[in-house]
Amino acid sequence: MKALTFTLRAEPPERLDLSPLTPQSLAGLDKRAIASIRLGQSKRASTVGDMFRVSGSDPDTIVIEGGSGRFDGVAAGMTAGTVLVVGDVGAQAGRAMRGGQLTIEGDAGPHAGSGMRGGRLEILGNAGDHLGAPLAGELAGMNGGVLVVRGRAGACAADRMRRGLIAVLKGCGDHAGCRMIAGTLVVVGGAGAMPGYLMRRGSILLDRAPKSLSPSFVESGAPDSVFAALADRHLIAEGILKRPMLGKAPCKYGGDNAVLGLGEILFPA
Amino acid sequence: MPRLKVNGVTIDDTFAEAFGMRATALVITGPNRKWARQAAVTMTGFATSVIGCGCEAAIDVELAQSETPDGRPGCRVMIFTVSTDELQKQLQNRVGQCVLTSPGSACFAGLDGPNELKLGAALRYFGDGWQISKKLGGSHYWRVPVMDGEFVCEATVGMTKEAVGGGNLLLLAGSNAKALAAAEAAVAAINEVRGAIMPFPGGVVRSGSKVGGKYKGMMASTNDAFAPTLRGVTKSELEPDVNAVLEIVIDGETSDAVAAAMRAGIEAVTRLGPVKGASRISAGNYGGKLGKFHYHLKDLLP
Repeated sequence: MKALTFTLRAEPPERLDLSPLTPQSLAGLDKRAIASIRLGQSKRASTVGDMFRVSGSDPDTIVIEGGSGRFDGVAAGMTAGTVLVVGDVGAQAGRAMRGGQLTIEGDAGPHAGSGMRGGRLEILGNAGDHLGAPLAGELAGMNGGVLVVRGRAGACAADRMRRGLIAVLKGCGDHAGCRMIAGTLVVVGGAGAMPGYLMRRGSILLDRAPKSLSPSFVESGAPDSVFAALADRHLIAEGILKRPMLGKAPCKYGGDNAVLGLGEILFPA
Repeated sequence: MPRLKVNGVTIDDTFAEAFGMRATALVITGPNRKWARQAAVTMTGFATSVIGCGCEAAIDVELAQSETPDGRPGCRVMIFTVSTDELQKQLQNRVGQCVLTSPGSACFAGLDGPNELKLGAALRYFGDGWQISKKLGGSHYWRVPVMDGEFVCEATVGMTKEAVGGGNLLLLAGSNAKALAAAEAAVAAINEVRGAIMPFPGGVVRSGSKVGGKYKGMMASTNDAFAPTLRGVTKSELEPDVNAVLEIVIDGETSDAVAAAMRAGIEAVTRLGPVKGASRISAGNYGGKLGKFHYHLKDLLP
């Protein structure tokens, strides 16, 4: 079966909520039912048929051809299958996804991968602020799965992250990993000010020394680290890095001692 | 007893009798080959027989850097017991006392399986609250701060109920030196077999046993039928020109591993020949009623 493909007709006139277009919610729907799904969030109430030309029939592999910053909630809550976006997306891409693979070939807006619990989200371009972070009022951010940003991420990436792996490969904004509860954040290309601000537990792995740190982090030596070897090998095996980043004995800062203080920031010596 | 000859070495038409056991395997790594081996050797010390040691354990194979999870030199060790509870207890004590304590060591699961034993999940409490749980991909590790950095230990390890203990070969020779040469050849060959260990000193037993004895409370006593000095006074299995017998005891992850190990051992001993090594190969059994697994020597000829 050919991938179920949604080809954008023109730049949408309103913000669209694309969260209905996931493999599990399109399974068993015929073309007519799919075309009548409402996506528009204003009184225009654009439907799938208004916005996209639909072709193919396999809902397990969904392709969205042509992106827009007005595509919100792409593949939100998906549990299995694959979704590929050839273009940019707006806010909350892959929010609360639990499984499957979401690939965004362009840039993503704020709150990409927010609260995701499983699966893999890969953004080939840049991501906005609050990568993997909770929405206002939620207690925890990312709770499992793998989130890779090949470009740059905005501020507060991995905010309140609890489990899983986030990797940002071309640097990120200020306060990366702020309020982390646990999990692993990898930043290649430099993090902004005060990474790990108020982190409780968890690991932030950097490719260089952080340029500024919250004063409640403490320098914690650089003994030989088996964990660094495991992390390096895992990141290479996952296709995230090409060569080891931390090396045999990375430097460590422990913190943030303003809170629990069981977190760590590791970077090569 | 009808007998076969291979390269001048007589093969008895008998069988080794072995038992079902529980087993697990670990991959122990260290900063270099010496210290990886040291942790493994210490951890598998005093583990020759379940009768007196609670478990049988030894190094299965040495692993190259490319074969270990952390890219350092390592050893795969196997531990065998008769019950799951005893295996959990032995695992926890031995890793806690011998691997955790060894400089630069790390400990990973060496066996997958539907049944799991606690590994780091039990040892993490040594961290006194400073231990760190880490999940990478499908693996769960515990990181315990220690005086040379961190002890990294996988949280759980698989256990197999398909393991077999008690595969054996008896090597009969004209002199002690020849018996030892044959035993060493067999051990070297069996070391190359994956999934099979020889828990006795250097893989060799000189005090083979029979079940029970004349004294009350003895579970096992000397195998007088194979003791050369008792040839005249007991119902001996030995012909006049045999002066020394050594036994190789084999535990395997599967029945196939035991058979492969015995086959490798027989091949090595027959290749050495009766002039330099053993003149006859036999095997120990209890009449075939106690053990579920029978390995007939005639089926394992090279």
